[in-house]
Amino acid sequence: MRGNPEAHQLVAPGTLDAALRSLAEMPGQWTPIAGGTELMVAHAAGKLGAKRLLSLWGIPELRFIQVHQNAIAIGACTTFRDMRMHEAIATDLPLLAKAATWIGSIANQNRATLAGNLVNGSPAADSSPALLVYDAEIELVSVNGSRRLPYADFHTGYKKNVLEQNELVYAIHVPLHFGSHRQYLRKVGTRRAMAISKVALAGTALVENGVIRDVRIAAASLAAFPARFRRAEDVVRGQSINAETIRAAQAALLDEIAPIDDIRSTAEYRKAVAANLLEEFLQGAAQ
Amino acid sequence: MTSNWPAIEFVVNGDKRSVHAPPMKRLLDVLREDLHLTGAKEGCGEGECGSCSVRMNGELVNSCLIPILQAQDARIQTVEGLAIDGDLHPLQQAFLHCGGAQCGICTPGMLMAATHLLANNPHPTMTEIREGLAGNLCRCTGFKRIFDSVISAAVHSSESHAR
Amino acid sequence: MPQPVRPERVFLTMSSHAKTRIVGSPVPRKEGVDKLLGRACYVDDIEREGMWHGATIRSTIPRGLIHSIKFGRNINWEEFAVVTAADIPGENHIQLIFADQPCLADGKVNHCDEAVILLAHPDKCKLREAAAAVQIEYEPLPPVFTIEESEQQTTIVWGADNVIKSFLLEKGDVDAVWTKAAHIVQGEYRTGAQEHLYIENNGCIAEYSDLHGITVWGSLQCPFYVHKSLLAIFRLPEDKVRVIQTETGGAFGGKEDYPSTLAAHASLLAMKSGHPVKMVYDRMEDLAATTKRHPSRVRHRTALDANGKLLAMEIEVATDGGAYATLSSTVLSRATLHAPGPYVCPNVRIRSRAWATNTVPYGAFRGFGAPQAIFAIERHIDEIAAAIGMDPLDLRRRNFLHDGDTTATEQVMREPVILDQLLERALVESGYHAKRARFAQENVTNPVKRGMGVSAFYHGSGFTGSGERYLNSLAGIDVIDGKVRVLVSSTEFGQGTNTILAQIAAEAIGIDYDDVVMAPPDTGIVPNSGPTVASRTSMVVGRLIERACHQLVAQLQQHARLADTFTSAEFFAACERQLAAEGEVNSFARYEAPPNIFWDDQKYRGEAYPAFAWSVQVAQVAVDTVTYAAEVEEFWSVQEVGRVLNPVLAGGQIEGGVAQGIGYALYEKVLLQNGHMVNNQMTNYIMPTAEDVPPIHVYFEEIPFSHGAYGAKGIGELPHDGPAPAILNAIRDAVGVSFTTIPLLPEDLFAKLGAHIPVEEVATR
Repeated sequence: MRGNPEAHQLVAPGTLDAALRSLAEMPGQWTPIAGGTELMVAHAAGKLGAKRLLSLWGIPELRFIQVHQNAIAIGACTTFRDMRMHEAIATDLPLLAKAATWIGSIANQNRATLAGNLVNGSPAADSSPALLVYDAEIELVSVNGSRRLPYADFHTGYKKNVLEQNELVYAIHVPLHFGSHRQYLRKVGTRRAMAISKVALAGTALVENGVIRDVRIAAASLAAFPARFRRAEDVVRGQSINAETIRAAQAALLDEIAPIDDIRSTAEYRKAVAANLLEEFLQGAAQ
Repeated sequence: MTSNWPAIEFVVNGDKRSVHAPPMKRLLDVLREDLHLTGAKEGCGEGECGSCSVRMNGELVNSCLIPILQAQDARIQTVEGLAIDGDLHPLQQAFLHCGGAQCGICTPGMLMAATHLLANNPHPTMTEIREGLAGNLCRCTGFKRIFDSVISAAVHSSESHAR
Repeated sequence: MPQPVRPERVFLTMSSHAKTRIVGSPVPRKEGVDKLLGRACYVDDIEREGMWHGATIRSTIPRGLIHSIKFGRNINWEEFAVVTAADIPGENHIQLIFADQPCLADGKVNHCDEAVILLAHPDKCKLREAAAAVQIEYEPLPPVFTIEESEQQTTIVWGADNVIKSFLLEKGDVDAVWTKAAHIVQGEYRTGAQEHLYIENNGCIAEYSDLHGITVWGSLQCPFYVHKSLLAIFRLPEDKVRVIQTETGGAFGGKEDYPSTLAAHASLLAMKSGHPVKMVYDRMEDLAATTKRHPSRVRHRTALDANGKLLAMEIEVATDGGAYATLSSTVLSRATLHAPGPYVCPNVRIRSRAWATNTVPYGAFRGFGAPQAIFAIERHIDEIAAAIGMDPLDLRRRNFLHDGDTTATEQVMREPVILDQLLERALVESGYHAKRARFAQENVTNPVKRGMGVSAFYHGSGFTGSGERYLNSLAGIDVIDGKVRVLVSSTEFGQGTNTILAQIAAEAIGIDYDDVVMAPPDTGIVPNSGPTVASRTSMVVGRLIERACHQLVAQLQQHARLADTFTSAEFFAACERQLAAEGEVNSFARYEAPPNIFWDDQKYRGEAYPAFAWSVQVAQVAVDTVTYAAEVEEFWSVQEVGRVLNPVLAGGQIEGGVAQGIGYALYEKVLLQNGHMVNNQMTNYIMPTAEDVPPIHVYFEEIPFSHGAYGAKGIGELPHDGPAPAILNAIRDAVGVSFTTIPLLPEDLFAKLGAHIPVEEVATR
């Protein structure tokens, strides 16, 4: 334990209103903490910079899964366990349910929250590729009200996002219009469990008579943040799937991604595997 | 030294406890240092090895990742709370006889993960056992005898239910 | 060439032949209940009155002179105990084979994370800030990081030539063979460092008083190694240093030599502060600063006749020893002695060298040089088979050692050698041939390519050569409070020492398992039964306990009216009579080498080991051509380890060793940057989890060894020797491409397999 607990303040406002008021009163001074699966790791390593922490754990207004006619709304502090145990998510958002089983261990899934995974901003975030290919929207809230934007526009750079200093993530809204799409998600990690992804690629495609009418492709660990790769989408949209379109899509994807060499893998490997995963997705969609 | 801090109250293994500790102190350290419950171990301090696993409000958690403030009013079960009146819990029995414990350092966490698994799923498949214990690293056993222990305890508990 | 005469297979003459009650049965682990209840006491679970906490300030450069040390003014240093090399009362080095490693760096550093300054304070939260306020200025010197850089000898970082140790082993005349060989096959094989990753980090508590000297409690394997180092560092008489092993949460060799350093550090702080001092590393410090398995490079040049019979083996072994000698010479010795594999070859030359580099010293790790050497030979055998168009199993069978054959050191195999039988069993149990046939068909269309691979090997039990004679171990028993107490310095760290030795004692005396307890592993109480290493505990120490027990029974029968047959109660009644008459009841036995054992340390010739354990392993591997990841799907390990004393514990040793071997082959990579480990966290040093370890099938063939306890030979290290070559052989079988370096990560597979896939072409267009 390298951190000093006495060097940090932690308060539990108990309600969303109280939390937002705290943020508004001292903008930029508070760091929200939910399940602690990121910040407590930094704390133990003596690398937790935040002096004032605001506990969002146990705020009931932030932990919910609401199933609506056309969308499922997931509260910011919903845990990955909540998601993987939820029937509608399992049925209607299978890629998200699958991603939820990938986060760390059972113990991590019991604590790690959806918004935590997104706000942390890791390029390797496990839930992001699924949310991106489902066209998820993210709802942010502050004392001044709330706003919604496509989740694809949430990240703006490595560990950067659009959150204002007085804002929290309130919920993720995932539309339910992908039922007839072919859906694909594969994570390539350092091992089978307890792994951080080296590459993860998700895809949804609406295929009619062998022709791709609509398609979304997203990935983690291939750029500074999890992102949609629209050039590859553009290449295959309206096309029938064959060796040629697959090669063209791979070329477009490789042109668009910017993987790096890091402690877990190499850029070259990531490129090759990303291309292979894309091929696997498109081949599967063709069948 | 700690008396300046506000009291945080919770229940550990059925006993109501109150500690005065900085709110960012880890549950693991409170258990070990303040309550002298040293069953939970620190292997990594980053939620990777699972040797600090305890159950909090019925959920399996890594106690190294819980700031004590978030344990306010929680029900916590540690390895010390598994045995009943000095009798080994069926899982502990199974670990003893199947060779599920070698050096023993991962064992308290492993037992809590296994307890949690069987509480939610009394008859897990091998895949479910592997997944349920994947957050608990054991460097001695190669896991096989731990799986055997869990299966044996599951069979044992369903037999005793049938009686 | 004259055929060696095969001696008749004479099995045993000793107690090991007889039926046993307790030996061979799966009695539960002696300390098992304490571990399961969470009340077993590991070092970090212990608090001492008035205890302070210690921290270590380490070098941040790989090599250089210490220019100055400055203590920042923002810290009230009065509150702290501060120790530097100047505070060491005796010799500033750790007592291992050579005394080259300082306890604290004095004037220069030779690797990153070398201990320079020690701090202690009552509040451990204060230590980090204080450590950050200490500034060490260096004058950097050029470092050496690899075997190749060290071999160039342009920068000398150790001794006169960077060579920590070298061996030359010669049998026959290798040079005369090359011209007449039908085939000559060469290969180079490399292995990486491996971290033990015991789940309990290194830790120690020390107390000091002028009256009692030093008392140390620690997580460690070898109490008398620590004892020896402390005597020299503090210049104290033997009775003023006491080392007590606490419950130890895994070791695997990683707590063989390092605890001598840590115990010295804690003791220095205890002396300086006047308080007990606890030093428990966190994972990041343990990974960065403590020993790992030696990286290696092994080159083979092999001559064979037209029938695939080995004619000559020329082998060059090079290991990376790191910055100080520690145990590199003995690791190199074992690597040398295991380099030719379990094969007969009339002409052998092995040159081996351990090279110094500016990294944390490499040290003992399960297998102790053998896994590196066996990886090379067992991969090489498959490469030879491919090169000469022969089935790798036939090539092995044609060259296997049998009883009566001689090894490279001209040791005659006097005990039965049943490699053919082990191989046959492994093939049958794994369904090897049927699976290979099926995979060959499926692989044509399946993006996941499967294959089967085999390794065959021995592991020498006990210390190498004359090592056991030098150790001269003493072990015994006494009787206290109605229990027989086993008195050994052999420690329990998961592998089963307590249980096995208690079984042996109960069996040998004829009492119940519960009548036997272990004396505390405390140098103030137990005799020196040697270090707990080298798969020697069951075979060597167990034998001492067996003998001590028989002696005691004879003594009681002679002097305390114990009948020829007796119950537990009658035995303890006789002990009472003996106690009343003599004032004590105990019995000790000292090591005696098996007869006809001869070893020449100069020529490296003779009986390298008193006994060998043998194994054949089979790996079934799947290589995914989408992700380039190789996974072991199933694993079979067949072995002959003499008598199995406890089937549950023995099985657990094999399974655990195989799992660690799988990690060694496919997952575990120590990443160094400028000589510092950068993936020093469990999230980045990847060991196999419960989802990654495949089903492991374990089978024992038992041939009792006449000089081991109840027929036991060594077991603990053997299973780690074979998985890596079996797995890489299986990968070759699956994808038809050879890999010769471990760890073999998906990125490495991609580097060779990715070329076959047209995607890359498109990408660069």
